[in-house]
Amino acid sequence: MNPAPSIVFFTVASGAGYGMLFWMGLLRPLGLVPGTPGFGAAALGLALVLVMLGLLSSTAHLGRPERAWRAVSQWRSSWLSREGVAAIATFAPAGLFFIGTIGDGGAFTTLMGLLSALGAVVTVYCTGMIYASLKPIRQWHHPLVTPGYLLFAAFSGAALLAMLGAFWGQAAGPAAIAALLGALGFALKRAYWASVDAARPVSTAESATGLGFIGKVRPLDPPHTETNYLLREMGFRIARAHAARLRLIASVAGFAAPAVLLALALVVGGVAGGLLAVLGTASALLGLVAERWLMFAEATHTVTLYYGGEARG
Amino acid sequence: MTSLPTPQPGAKKLGLVIDLDTCVGCHACATNCKEWNTSGHMAPLPDRNPYSAGQEGVWFNRVHSYEAGDGEDGRTVHFPRSCLHCETPACVTVCPTGASYKRAEDGIVLVNTDMCIGCQLCAWACPYGAREFDDDQGVMKKCTLCVDRIYNETIPEKQRVPACVSTCPANARHFGDLGDPESAVSKLVADRGGFELMPELGYKPVNRYLPPRRAPKADAGPPKDAGPLPSQITNPLLRWVDKVLSR
Amino acid sequence: MPDDGGATDRIAYSAPIGDEVKTTTCYMCACRCGIRVHLKDGRVRYIEGNPDHPVNKGVLCGKGSAGIMTQYSPARLQAPLKRVGPRGSGEYAEISWEEAMETATGWLKHVRETDPKKLAFFTGRDQSQSLTGFWAAQFGTPNFAAHGGFCSVNMAAGGLYTIGGSFWEFGEPDWEHAKYLMIFGVAEDHDSNPIKMGLGAMKGRGAKIVSVNPVRTGYSAIADEWVGIRPGTDGLFVMALIHELIRTDRVDGEFLVRYTNAPWLVVRNPGGADDGLFARDAEGKPLAWDRARGAIAADDVTLSAVLVGDFTLEDGRRVQPVFNLMAERYLGAEYAPEAVAERCGMSAERIRRLAAEVADIAFNHPLTLDIPWTDVWGRKHDKMVGRPVAFHAMRGISAHSNGFHTCRALHLLQMILGAVDTPGSWRYKSPFPRPIPPGPGPAGKGAKPNTPLAGNILSFTHGPDDLLVEDDGTPLRIDHSFSWEAPLGLHGMMHTVIGNAEKGDPYKIDTLFMFMANMAWNSAMNPLETIRCLTAQDENGDYVIPHIIYSDAYFSETVPYADLILPDTTYLERWDAISILDRPIGSSHGPGDAIRQPVIKPDRDVRPFQEVLIELGARLGLPAFVKEDGSPKFKDYPDYIVNHQRMPGVGPLAGWRGEDGSKKGVGEPNPDQLQRYIDNGCFWRHNLAPEESYFKHANATYLANAKAMGMMGNANQIVLQIWSEPLQKFRLAAEGHGTKQPPENLRERVRTYCDPLPFWYAPLEQQQHDTEPFPLSAVTQRPMAMYHSWGSMNAWLRQIHGSNKLYMSRERATAEGLAQDDWVWVESRSGRVKAQLSLMEGVNRDTVWTWNAIGKRAGAWMLSPDAAEAQRGFLLNHVISEWLPAQAGPRLANADPVTGQAAWYDLRVKVTKCAPEEAGVTDPFPTMLEPPPDMPATPDILRFNAGGPKP
Repeated sequence: MNPAPSIVFFTVASGAGYGMLFWMGLLRPLGLVPGTPGFGAAALGLALVLVMLGLLSSTAHLGRPERAWRAVSQWRSSWLSREGVAAIATFAPAGLFFIGTIGDGGAFTTLMGLLSALGAVVTVYCTGMIYASLKPIRQWHHPLVTPGYLLFAAFSGAALLAMLGAFWGQAAGPAAIAALLGALGFALKRAYWASVDAARPVSTAESATGLGFIGKVRPLDPPHTETNYLLREMGFRIARAHAARLRLIASVAGFAAPAVLLALALVVGGVAGGLLAVLGTASALLGLVAERWLMFAEATHTVTLYYGGEARG
Repeated sequence: MTSLPTPQPGAKKLGLVIDLDTCVGCHACATNCKEWNTSGHMAPLPDRNPYSAGQEGVWFNRVHSYEAGDGEDGRTVHFPRSCLHCETPACVTVCPTGASYKRAEDGIVLVNTDMCIGCQLCAWACPYGAREFDDDQGVMKKCTLCVDRIYNETIPEKQRVPACVSTCPANARHFGDLGDPESAVSKLVADRGGFELMPELGYKPVNRYLPPRRAPKADAGPPKDAGPLPSQITNPLLRWVDKVLSR
Repeated sequence: MPDDGGATDRIAYSAPIGDEVKTTTCYMCACRCGIRVHLKDGRVRYIEGNPDHPVNKGVLCGKGSAGIMTQYSPARLQAPLKRVGPRGSGEYAEISWEEAMETATGWLKHVRETDPKKLAFFTGRDQSQSLTGFWAAQFGTPNFAAHGGFCSVNMAAGGLYTIGGSFWEFGEPDWEHAKYLMIFGVAEDHDSNPIKMGLGAMKGRGAKIVSVNPVRTGYSAIADEWVGIRPGTDGLFVMALIHELIRTDRVDGEFLVRYTNAPWLVVRNPGGADDGLFARDAEGKPLAWDRARGAIAADDVTLSAVLVGDFTLEDGRRVQPVFNLMAERYLGAEYAPEAVAERCGMSAERIRRLAAEVADIAFNHPLTLDIPWTDVWGRKHDKMVGRPVAFHAMRGISAHSNGFHTCRALHLLQMILGAVDTPGSWRYKSPFPRPIPPGPGPAGKGAKPNTPLAGNILSFTHGPDDLLVEDDGTPLRIDHSFSWEAPLGLHGMMHTVIGNAEKGDPYKIDTLFMFMANMAWNSAMNPLETIRCLTAQDENGDYVIPHIIYSDAYFSETVPYADLILPDTTYLERWDAISILDRPIGSSHGPGDAIRQPVIKPDRDVRPFQEVLIELGARLGLPAFVKEDGSPKFKDYPDYIVNHQRMPGVGPLAGWRGEDGSKKGVGEPNPDQLQRYIDNGCFWRHNLAPEESYFKHANATYLANAKAMGMMGNANQIVLQIWSEPLQKFRLAAEGHGTKQPPENLRERVRTYCDPLPFWYAPLEQQQHDTEPFPLSAVTQRPMAMYHSWGSMNAWLRQIHGSNKLYMSRERATAEGLAQDDWVWVESRSGRVKAQLSLMEGVNRDTVWTWNAIGKRAGAWMLSPDAAEAQRGFLLNHVISEWLPAQAGPRLANADPVTGQAAWYDLRVKVTKCAPEEAGVTDPFPTMLEPPPDMPATPDILRFNAGGPKP
């Protein structure tokens, strides 16, 4: 699948934003993040900016962005529509949560925070399900994809909170969570790759054409000698060596290194800890971009079977 | 509405049956589809770089060629590919706007291009590559099963079939109600072992493909009673000397 | 409700297709299907097959269905042009039609007044040869032909000299009844849609289809059995089948005796002037040997023929029946399956099995139709019994220098099986069969200033006296057709015209006048050499070919080399006659012809070529084109179609003749004739009655009616010719008999190849150079979506075939270290071309092939120079020589030695991987062509929508 920058950016940015929103909603009442209006404004402001940038970025992918409003109508069947509904619905408590944190931040604010957290979970779950529900792409139609979306959002959100918290001298809670989730993310991603690499392709050129009863199916002539939309969108291919390198970057920079750095930050504390948290978070975000880019680049669509694309496995 | 219509017993399932044993790969179905539809319900079907490098356009029907099997025992198969009008089309259910829909009355899957936002998720959801993105208008288009032909009362009744079927010189394309087991197309599918593409994905395509007949092996033996063996004949000419042939 | 759409889709279920529909005849290839053109707001909305048309019955192929884009191509020429820069520079000035016509008239008038043969008038994909050929004869030049010489003359000549019809356009399998069909070298065909329909019908009833073809695509793909033969060995395979059938006594003796010259007696007098000629009685009738009576006239109904023996006539001459000679030849060890198997690329067992299969269907499963009929002897039969084995062959046989004999061998095979025009077999398309060979010899002798030639220029030689040669054997025609180099050159030899004109062989010409022939590119063997000839200058700096006039509708690669361009209309903007005098649309069900009518008006300053030709005829004062007072006889082409009479009562169209339109075939001109055609869908068809539908060569009813309709001069039986006496006459001349003899350097060649019985020989080119370094045969085929038409200016078709690769056997390529998509050099004895490789299973291991004419010269056809056609498309033509390898004596065409058919498929090549830095772009890559002035701009995006917003 074509790793369109707008979508890669969208899912990383909005995932991190929703992750921050989620942890703010949960950790603020527990006092695990600074309760000051300044921190609240900074953290929730950043979360909402990330969410909005992500959503804006995703509309760049639309052929008719001016009609984007139509996308909320089909929540009964479409995960994309549900994601839109959830995202919009989450803005209401999130906005009130933001105002509340700047203000007195009483019980109502806490309630709004919890609702925001719930909205964030639902939204990210919907995002994950958009991909996980697509049967033609076996690397997406996988039980670890939606958990991955949730986990990576929570992880990157926690890391960002830890980084911000460090500026306020109170990063321990989110840093601990991020370190733990980073380790989990590392394990999940490893498990995911092992699983998709081992799985046999569900569909083959033989099943796509129904000609397997004769023998191996190979393309002779394509329908058109130049490329087309489908091949550009779904025929993206990545060299095996390149993919292996990126997997290393994603798993180390995205998960292992941040987990270690954030754990160290916990131990070290102070300015050094803050620096470690910043470093860890930056590493996580970069790694997640690589992870998400790979998520597309390594995904194979059954339509390529018609063009001689071998399903990798 | 992108929720699928509730399946009704005996409901019409209009679709195509494509005979891979007969298709010669002439592309008539592809170009006739193009000329019909570029001025039809989903008009236009634009073409980028029509006279320069990177020519590519929107086509609802594309004809691939494959080879199946090895060497002389294999077969070359021409393989037209278009929307299969699935019974459970995820391209419809993933649509966030309701632009994609499956008709209850005949099962045709369509896109309302006035509502499409061009998110292209339906193209991802279709395993068969049936969705065609018009990047000029920014909306998704696709095979309409010539919905503006098959019910068209200004066309003689016999020709109220999709353009690809009407034009196919080899009679390799058939159109009809695959929901009716007594229809000609259903019987054809039953007789010839028509199959679905990628049934393992569970989209339940309505269109069916008829398999190529297996060619005999190159070293197959002669038919029975085909003639004397070489050893039984000495001088074949001699037998004609006494043969009398009158008019 | 938002203004960008409603909640529900709005479908116009019953929108009329257009405002208007007109019928006409397609011109995208030689199939000539009936089409219905729907117009909306003055633009073409939809082109569909005409369901009422006898050729295509409502279907339409890929290119016919893409006609809209052919119509609206930006490559259409806009106005007459005169060259103002050097040839090839593309520097032109637009001129008026008046100036164009005056210029052409000036050049041509001078030629006609001085030496008319100095006009070489060659038309390419012309479908109006009854007019163009007639015009040339009126002009007085023998130098006329269309593109048949490089297309299919082997099929036409092989058939017309053997069975009085041909695979090419004058016959077809009995699609309704055949139980077994064997096709040879058929990639696509002049009969494109009927073949597809027929194959579909055969598949539908479970008949077996066998395709003999080095490449398994198209029709071969759907064949029940594919025989991946090595190119050029089909004749050997066919003769091995004949060997097997005779050896196993699977021969339809009765058919041979009734309908062929198998019983005719051949004089056996080696060294004598009558050796190999038929023994004839005092009336000139061939003799046969009757068991009781000895030699009697072969057409005697009471003949009880003996087919094998050695007899002596009363006058002492030794004679043998044709059958005897034929059987002896094909029973020879060289035609045994074991002897041919390896060369053909298949096992001997397979050849034997195929022979047995064919025989099984023919003899164990005959087909009987309960149709009474009467034979030429007046005998009534209560049924028609046929051998339901049909054959069809085309370019793969035709484009070899042994194609004529291969084609004849196939017809012999049909005769042995009794499978000519019988139920289930191959059938004649009306107006065929015709006498073998038909009519008088070709016109062309004694060309004189201001004098028409009497007769047809492209006609049939019966023997040396009909050749167009000087006393010393020098050809009279610029292309050497009908000379000792190509005694049966029925279609001319367009492939030699430009080379010979440049060399002055046998003479220099003044004006080269071409129509629809892309001779500076894909229609030429060795295009770069052809371009050199077109631009060659003499010591004074004058062009060796002083004037070139070219008519085409599109900016092809040939346009920049002409001095005067006469822009033609598209096929939808013109009148035409698909004339009964030329290659009409008849089928086995009956004769027919058709017209084109303009369905839209040209939006450019262009005129249909035929109308221009008729006006030129009048301006030149050609007798048939002017009235007695010298004024034009025809006001336009439709006027000519209706009112021209070749003979009294016989004109271009056979339908609705006579003043009231009641006559068929022969009758006075009918002023309403074209309207009657239009009312009928632009075609006329006469349906044969069941009793005249088979055995037409010996069917009394059919023959009498054909004569009455002017399709034949007499109603005599057409006896199928196994032994070809005209060929023996050429051979006798080569052996030193008669007044006309070949020059010494051609004597042996004529003696060898003018064999009265088909034989197989290695293609000439392969005999004459060391093929060891070139192990692979290389052939081409035109893809169906572009067959017999140029499609690269068509925005839709060029998406289907925008570049081409060289296909090679996967097994062989792997063995040679070549991989998919490698860039390779394809090298022959005469040059090399660079291409990208593609591997496949279904190709003969010793063969490579590619789609033909996809490669375009940069800039031509209004394609941008970076277009795939120029960058990655390639022409195999670049490595095909138009001449045979150098040898003693005159330069000889790379062609069949009997017919002059260009031997495109004799090519042998080697394929080697090119250096990494050479990959990516084809070579040769000639300079970009500049478009003529005022060509339209090409859009970046096309949003064609007739009835929608204008583009």
